[in-house]
Amino acid sequence: MSSATATAPNYELIQQDGLDTGLLEVSMGPHHPSTHGVFRMDVKLDGETVVDLSPVFGYLHRNHEKLAENMSYLGSMPFTDRLDYFNSMTNNWAYALAAEKLVEIEVPERAEYLRVIMAELTRLVNHLSLVGFFVNDLGALGTPLLYAFREREKILDLFEQASGARMMCNYFRFGGLRNDVPEGWLDRAREVVDRFPVFLDEYEKLLCENEIILSRTQGVGNLSRDLAISAGITGPMLRASGERYDLRKVDRYGIYDRFQFRVPYSDGDVGDCYDRFIVRMLEMRESIGILKQALDGIEHGPVLGNAPKVFKPKPAEVYGRVEAPKGELGFYLIADGTPKPYRYRVRPPSLINLTVLRDMCLGQKVADAVIILGSIDIVLGEVDR
Amino acid sequence: MSLLGGGILKGMAVTLRNFVGSYFDRDRLTTNDYAWRAGDSLPQHAGEYPKEEGEQLRDTTTVSQYSRNFPMLLHDEGEAMDTIRCVACQICERECPPQCIYIEKSTEKMERGGNKAQFYPAKFDIDVSVCMSCQICVEVCPFDAIVMNSQFELSTSNRFGGLLLRRDDLLKSNGYYHKIHPEEAAARDRRMAEEKAAKEAKKKAAAEAARKKAEEKAKAEAEADDKKQEDTQ
Repeated sequence: MSSATATAPNYELIQQDGLDTGLLEVSMGPHHPSTHGVFRMDVKLDGETVVDLSPVFGYLHRNHEKLAENMSYLGSMPFTDRLDYFNSMTNNWAYALAAEKLVEIEVPERAEYLRVIMAELTRLVNHLSLVGFFVNDLGALGTPLLYAFREREKILDLFEQASGARMMCNYFRFGGLRNDVPEGWLDRAREVVDRFPVFLDEYEKLLCENEIILSRTQGVGNLSRDLAISAGITGPMLRASGERYDLRKVDRYGIYDRFQFRVPYSDGDVGDCYDRFIVRMLEMRESIGILKQALDGIEHGPVLGNAPKVFKPKPAEVYGRVEAPKGELGFYLIADGTPKPYRYRVRPPSLINLTVLRDMCLGQKVADAVIILGSIDIVLGEVDR
Repeated sequence: MSLLGGGILKGMAVTLRNFVGSYFDRDRLTTNDYAWRAGDSLPQHAGEYPKEEGEQLRDTTTVSQYSRNFPMLLHDEGEAMDTIRCVACQICERECPPQCIYIEKSTEKMERGGNKAQFYPAKFDIDVSVCMSCQICVEVCPFDAIVMNSQFELSTSNRFGGLLLRRDDLLKSNGYYHKIHPEEAAARDRRMAEEKAAKEAKKKAAAEAARKKAEEKAKAEAEADDKKQEDTQ
């Protein structure tokens, strides 16, 4: 293009040897409702078919890691809420887990139970919203998403009662939790958990047999198991590609070894958008099972272990990871004996799962690129940090 | 699946059930007033929310007793500045992750409530446009002087000074704290009373030990004196 004008279109026809090749380069985003935030896809199109795609991100970069390196260990706990702002509880847990490895703190029994309860409620919140947004991308505007948000609201109320905030909970501490849940909270949680399967039945009836969803998602956005493993994909996306890998089973962090639950995964070698959607629906059922067991098993007791008053770990390198709803969320810390971490690194599942976007989109229609992106389940706060 | 489109019809039955059901069952309402909370009937004037400070905390308001918003400074019963708990130690200023607190220490000490004279904050500003409501300041405060408010009516047309809360805006009585966060405030008071009792008991024990030691010393001295006297005899 010779010069930018006020009415410059956001696409250009590609010229090759002075001839019009017919390929069209479209810049989708950063302000596009389908990109789930400020994210841009540079798509090269042949007609409607995607022939090349490059993701462009970084618009939401907030210097998270460097900020944390200039702050006390506790100080960056509230910042971890803002990584993946749908799942602040699991973010807190991953960071607390890493820091607890630096100084050996025993986490009390009740705190471990509450951590599992919070993490599984978070998983429900995340998968609900993901499914809602996913069908929203498919064109089911509003209704399924609003049903999902209606149920999410009940869980957010529980978070507010426990931690004081609905989304930016900042609830976990090194060695336990900031405070115990208020009286009657466990009963309220049980009520929400008991009613949840009724909603899930209805939701499955609404979506899982819908012919439009089936024809739009099956065979779209294929991701083979080999590629998923070599690209470091984790979470429901990896399980949808046929690999049975769940950190709750592999690491058994916290007290996950005490609960009976299954890990849903697809039995083929290739996962498509429908697999990713169904794996998440099934995971919600398993989360409810874990929640019921945890709510039955919880007992009274303290919720904060003997954490040192001044958090000043000896020089060490640790890596703490949890199975966040989006995949493996890890925090890598290097302590140098001062109250601040020398290096603080986040392994964000959203970013790493996003790396295979191009491979999944090539050869698909441009409208499918949108739902493939939706099925990855990214949150830009975590991708860009 | 036999009938093509059967899945769609099934799904539409669900939406129809939700649509009709929403007239009878609040659980099916997708767009309820934010003020409404589960387990309570719909408010008479849905959408109304507290207009005055502290006028809230029925379940029909947008603020529950568990929610937090921005910090406030506590004072005990009496004139606000005479009973302010903050001693301007500046720990919260150092620990605040987004660094929204600014404190200036007073030049002279002030006595309050029969305790040892301490400094007080000559200036205590919180920029609530920077604050991220994380509650770290509450946790690090050793004097229980700063807690979270749940006041949310803070919008202002003044872009620069309007969101900078000064010391006198932040000062709230312990009674107000009890009104907005009853459970939390009661627990805090209980803990503070326990700590105070433990401190006094420790002081008492220390005094007792000192007295005993002095007695023993006196006794020993007396004995030594006796012995000396015996020796000289």
